[in-house]
Amino acid sequence: MKITRRTALQGTAGAFALGLSGFNFDFTKAEAQAPNVKRGGTLNFAISAEAPHYDPHGSDTYATLHFAAPFYSTLLRFNLSKFPQVEGDLAESWTVAPDLMTYTFKLHPGVKFADGKELTSEDVKATYDRMRNPPQGVVSTRQPTFADIGEIQTPDATTVVFKMKAVNAAMLEHFASPWNVIYSAKDLADNPAGPRTKINGTGPFVFVEHVKGSHVAGKKNDNYFKKGMPYLDGFKGIFTLQAAAMLNAVQGGQVLGEFRGISPAERDRLVQAMGDKIRIEEDSWTLNLLVCFNTTKKPFDDVRVRKALLMAIDRWGGSVGLSKISTLRAVGGVLRPGSPYATPEAELVKLPGFSKDIKASREEAKKLLKEAGQENLKFVLWNRNLAMPYTPAGVFLVDQWRQIGVEVEHKQSDTGPYLATMNAGNHDVAIDFSNLFMDDSSLALSKYLSLSRAPENRSRSTDPELDKLYDDHIRERDPEKRKALIRAFEKRVFEQGYQQPILWWHRIVPTHKTLMGWKMSPSHNLGQQLEDVWINT
Amino acid sequence: MLRYTINRVLLAIPTLFGVAVLVFFLLRVVPGDIVEIKLRGDGGSVTQETIELERKRLGLDRPLAVQFGEWMVNMAKFDFGTSMWTERPVITEIAIRLELSLQVAIMATIIAVLLAIPMGTMAALFRDTWIDYLVRVLTIGGLSIPSFWFGMLIMLALLSFFNWLPPITFTPIYVDPIANLQQLIWPALAVGYRYCAVVARMIRSSLLEVLNEDYIRTARAKGVYERLVISRHALRNALLPAITVIGLEFTFLIGGLVVTEQVFNLNGIGQLFVQSVSRNDFTLIQGMVMLIAAFYVFVNLAIDLLYAVFDPRIRYGK
Repeated sequence: MKITRRTALQGTAGAFALGLSGFNFDFTKAEAQAPNVKRGGTLNFAISAEAPHYDPHGSDTYATLHFAAPFYSTLLRFNLSKFPQVEGDLAESWTVAPDLMTYTFKLHPGVKFADGKELTSEDVKATYDRMRNPPQGVVSTRQPTFADIGEIQTPDATTVVFKMKAVNAAMLEHFASPWNVIYSAKDLADNPAGPRTKINGTGPFVFVEHVKGSHVAGKKNDNYFKKGMPYLDGFKGIFTLQAAAMLNAVQGGQVLGEFRGISPAERDRLVQAMGDKIRIEEDSWTLNLLVCFNTTKKPFDDVRVRKALLMAIDRWGGSVGLSKISTLRAVGGVLRPGSPYATPEAELVKLPGFSKDIKASREEAKKLLKEAGQENLKFVLWNRNLAMPYTPAGVFLVDQWRQIGVEVEHKQSDTGPYLATMNAGNHDVAIDFSNLFMDDSSLALSKYLSLSRAPENRSRSTDPELDKLYDDHIRERDPEKRKALIRAFEKRVFEQGYQQPILWWHRIVPTHKTLMGWKMSPSHNLGQQLEDVWINT
Repeated sequence: MLRYTINRVLLAIPTLFGVAVLVFFLLRVVPGDIVEIKLRGDGGSVTQETIELERKRLGLDRPLAVQFGEWMVNMAKFDFGTSMWTERPVITEIAIRLELSLQVAIMATIIAVLLAIPMGTMAALFRDTWIDYLVRVLTIGGLSIPSFWFGMLIMLALLSFFNWLPPITFTPIYVDPIANLQQLIWPALAVGYRYCAVVARMIRSSLLEVLNEDYIRTARAKGVYERLVISRHALRNALLPAITVIGLEFTFLIGGLVVTEQVFNLNGIGQLFVQSVSRNDFTLIQGMVMLIAAFYVFVNLAIDLLYAVFDPRIRYGK
């Protein structure tokens, strides 16, 4: 039985009485072998960005995960065949106390780091301590996620117990986050910032080299604790910073895939050129672009201005056009459209910025601007200089706002300065992104919390009412009540107009048909360990 | 000649010092902060205290004069410091890419020179004939078509006609010459075409001018074979301005192929330059600017020395 937050929430009284438990297929005893698997070979795949460093704890970019995930293990992970169910990775089994206040994990015995040292519960403790209380000089973007952990106990070498300060109904999924890779306690003691520049994990592959600007290479970990895995002898993640170079490489067979996602036009080019040699998988994406207003700057401290600008955006019409030329597609609220807690379309259209009567909506927007004394509003839209899909999104917004008489200068910059500018609060209005690895509301909603609680809130808003709604929802175990709280939260966010999704992304992944075992999911952050991938030559 | 060479080498020192002063202080007035980008540019929640600590660790909190002095002293010992972004020695970061960039530049120069000299000479000798027109069309094409676009055409042609593409990662020529040439011949061709066009047009116009000189008429009047008139008297003199262009183009190729490198997915100096500028990686930018400046200084010296070889009238130091 695999336990997820949903099954936990919906569990029977009997299950609670016994304590919730999960277990994992024991890979250490049984040789994993998919039918007709061919072993060996080196997988070349494209990574469209280069990792700024090697430490997933302190990163939010997929470039770090696609680079580092094959070298590491996590406590739990998502089962991509049954997403969003979780399964064990380093954890052989686990139990969750009925009150969701204690999580106990039993680790696989005999797991070894690449340097030969055996993994123990102390390594798990040191890793999670680093994420929730990063030492001086260490950046942890995971700190808020684990704020509810009170204490981590290690009663023996293969048991680790997490005692919670407060209930977080999605905690099990958070333990499956791909960012929470386990480091060696000794390495962290020697240098807490060490994982930024050095790799030593327990994953299916061992680090070979990182040629800056060119590629990262790994070779099969012969001591990997899942017997018979990985199937590949090694991999090479090749940095292809230009889309045309990446497409050429896929078409020419120099790489067998690009696992983040490509645009519809790029998909069409590959299909036309490669015919039945290319496999195209598509799914909605746990990723959206948001428009966010810096509420600490005038006139964006005025809710009327923010609301007017949101109401001028024709998302429904934009979706039709943008989905043909970019990875943007679905109209949705704070949760991925189609996911269990997402707001249905019939309710969504009643919220500011989502009306299908765009003419009336824009008239209302003009009125609001007039009331606020901002009829001749001019500002700079800060954007990332990635062609897909940031540039079309920026052009789209400039045009939408022009239609209510607002003049916008569209400024784009490289990822580093773009994020640094927003994080320092130096922007007026920006196109931001929400990069999730699952649909859980505790993750998706956290971006909208007050700045003091959510540094990734680039609208820099402070709203105790929203914070309370969030806290209430995260502790709520009744699914219907929880859903109602999410709706209230969403309504409040959009009524205040701090930030709002423009459109949700659509994921299109091209792989050669000789590439087997790689699994598609709604998140490009998942499934990159590559342990069960093989090449059918 | 030796004295002249020594003088020129010594003159390079103040030149490079001037470059160092300019690059160091100009970088400090450009907006942007490496520490902000490094720690906050990845979505991280970082306290101001951590930012200040990192700034201190990188030595950015010290007075500019102290930072500059330390950099100069270290540079005199050929220590260019550590990249503020990657934390690896600047020399290592550059060395990874320089081999590739240098090889592309050398190959492109060879292609350009081998094609440009006969093309420019033929065009001048057969002025206003179909040969001249053909060379002019080809060279105008070379000047008009951006190298990166020609590179994209090459890649598409390889894919469409041969369903083949060159290797995507760099293999040094001493490890596997075939894999190395398979990868680098195409960018060298793409860049070499434009380079060849520039040099060929320079040789053509220069040769046309020289062919009207009195000494050429004298040589012909003396009954010297036409082939000797062209090769020994005309072409040798006509090559002098072309040598200057070849040298400057060669140096430009070391760091100026940003877009072409992207098209061919090459891990070269051009891309590193762009990345380091976008990250405000001062130490790396400084190291690369000094490298390119040194290339310019020494390639110019080599050109001046070559002048003496081609034109016996030029004798430096006398």
